Amino acid sequence: MNKILIMVAQRLGLGFLTLFVVSLIIFLGVELLPGDIAQELLGQGASPENVAALRAQLGLDKPPHTRYLDWLTNMLQGEFGTSLANNRPISDLISVRFANTLFLASVAAIISVPLALVLGLLAALYRNSLYDRIVNVTTLTAISAPEFFVAYILILFFTVNNQWFPSLATVDMQTPLLERLHKVILPAITLTGVVLAYMMRMVRASIINLLASPYIEMANLKGMPKSRIILKHALPNAWAPIANIIAINLAYLIVGVVVVEAVFVYPGLGQLIVDSVSKRDIPVVQACSIIFAATYIMFNLIADIVSIATNPRLLHPK
Amino acid sequence: MTNENTTPVIDNADAAPPPPRRTKTEVAVAELIKAPWTAKVGLVIIITYVIAAVFAPFIAPYGESEIVGSEFELPSDEFILGTDALGRDLFTRLIFGARNTVGIAFVTTCLAFLIGGITGMLAAIFGGWTDQVLSRIVDVLMAIPQLIFALLLLTIFGTSVPTLIIVIAVLDATRVFRLARATSLNVVVLDFVEAAKLRGEGTLWLSLREVLPNISSPLVAEFGLRFCFVFLTIAALSFLGLGIQPPTADWGSMVRENASLITFGDPTPLYPAAAIAILTVGVNFLVDWFLHKSSGLKDGQ
Repeated sequence: MNKILIMVAQRLGLGFLTLFVVSLIIFLGVELLPGDIAQELLGQGASPENVAALRAQLGLDKPPHTRYLDWLTNMLQGEFGTSLANNRPISDLISVRFANTLFLASVAAIISVPLALVLGLLAALYRNSLYDRIVNVTTLTAISAPEFFVAYILILFFTVNNQWFPSLATVDMQTPLLERLHKVILPAITLTGVVLAYMMRMVRASIINLLASPYIEMANLKGMPKSRIILKHALPNAWAPIANIIAINLAYLIVGVVVVEAVFVYPGLGQLIVDSVSKRDIPVVQACSIIFAATYIMFNLIADIVSIATNPRLLHPK
Repeated sequence: MTNENTTPVIDNADAAPPPPRRTKTEVAVAELIKAPWTAKVGLVIIITYVIAAVFAPFIAPYGESEIVGSEFELPSDEFILGTDALGRDLFTRLIFGARNTVGIAFVTTCLAFLIGGITGMLAAIFGGWTDQVLSRIVDVLMAIPQLIFALLLLTIFGTSVPTLIIVIAVLDATRVFRLARATSLNVVVLDFVEAAKLRGEGTLWLSLREVLPNISSPLVAEFGLRFCFVFLTIAALSFLGLGIQPPTADWGSMVRENASLITFGDPTPLYPAAAIAILTVGVNFLVDWFLHKSSGLKDGQ
């Protein structure tokens, strides 16, 4: 038990270190920007006094390391600065949108995770059967198709031809849960389609790997019923890789929302970062990037910890 | 590689049972005939796209950004798929899109393999500090989700095709680095590499003549997968309006430009999207077979 705690602490430390370096990259990247943000905002005709005033207002007159420390400490307190495009505090912009993105991602996760487990398991059990081959081809196709292709096909069928679901997922704070679910269903299915395929393939591969191990063969030779082999012998050992697969795909899901949100005009973090990139609203892009990166790192960290904690061989390295 | 294998398919299909010693091409052809239908479909798709890309000006009925009709004309004999918001022929732009979208993705993937492959092999050959520094840099770059990192970098450096190619290539090179390093590590400890080192061969010889031939098969498969990934990333960025910029014909931006039509039940935005999907499916089918093949032939690699 103690060993696990030490391992978790180590991984957490490593995670924070990574996040720190990532924040440094995000900050320094903007430092590399040719020219001056204040100059660019005010245009070429601005007087030097105005530029100097704006520089002071944005804190650009301070040396980079003080600015980095200010930025970092403010961010840790939930203050991300103000948007260059509309002068609103970024934390206001982000909080609602991040909640929306998490909602969309959770709906997609709730649909895709159980489905992936069942379908992947079946594909592994009936390996090389017709079902398995169909699964192989369809998942490969689903992985290959860009998100917007899937999204527009869904819109064509469920909005234009049948009018079951809206093609615009415009929700706000006041939208009641049921209506919210109804509006979010098409983007969620789109996301599901992409993640499901990855997850199924990974589940299938890890189960097949497991079924090839000698102790399963032994159980088979003993004449044990197949259901018992799966439930009592294979599954307990499969949970670790499966948990790992789920965590990795959740990380992917959080990032995968960017395109889907753009298609369905869903007011989430992905939409915000895309808008801000085209407006070159750098503080907002920085803030969104660090949030996406932090979520991504967190899920990968969980995946790491789960796979080490459940595998004694990794827990006691040579 | 795919191109030279395809031409003799018909000639050799009815050839007698394999002669005692076969050339590389004949082996490849024989393998291809035995390949599952998915791989064959994939190959046909890829060849079609390459032909479309290379001969675009001869196939397309009009010029790339030539305005030939009024806006949003319906499909007719004159315009097979109709026209877009500016009155340009959609079919023409679809054909030119093969050249631009696929071409840019291909160049990007090649660059990513050049960067990732070289650094990966060097990390494995030199080991020690070189390996540590390169690996840690790659770790950090991989900690940031790729699309988000690309968005950040494109904000900083602006959206133009050269920046797009360099940004995506550098980000993708991290994955190539990992694979090249991991596979090279297995090779550099082998005796023949040791012998070459004792012979006094330089790094260039070691990497190109000793290591590279032994890691090429996983790298080729990875090239296909990476190409799909790069292609989809660039398409996504263009779709978001942050990738390839108009008036260049590009599938991602074409979906974006015509997106509003879908709400009227007009499938126009699906054509360029399908063009993207079909190519990635084709490449994936071929790579899937290749992976199966190479992992079956060389166990434990």
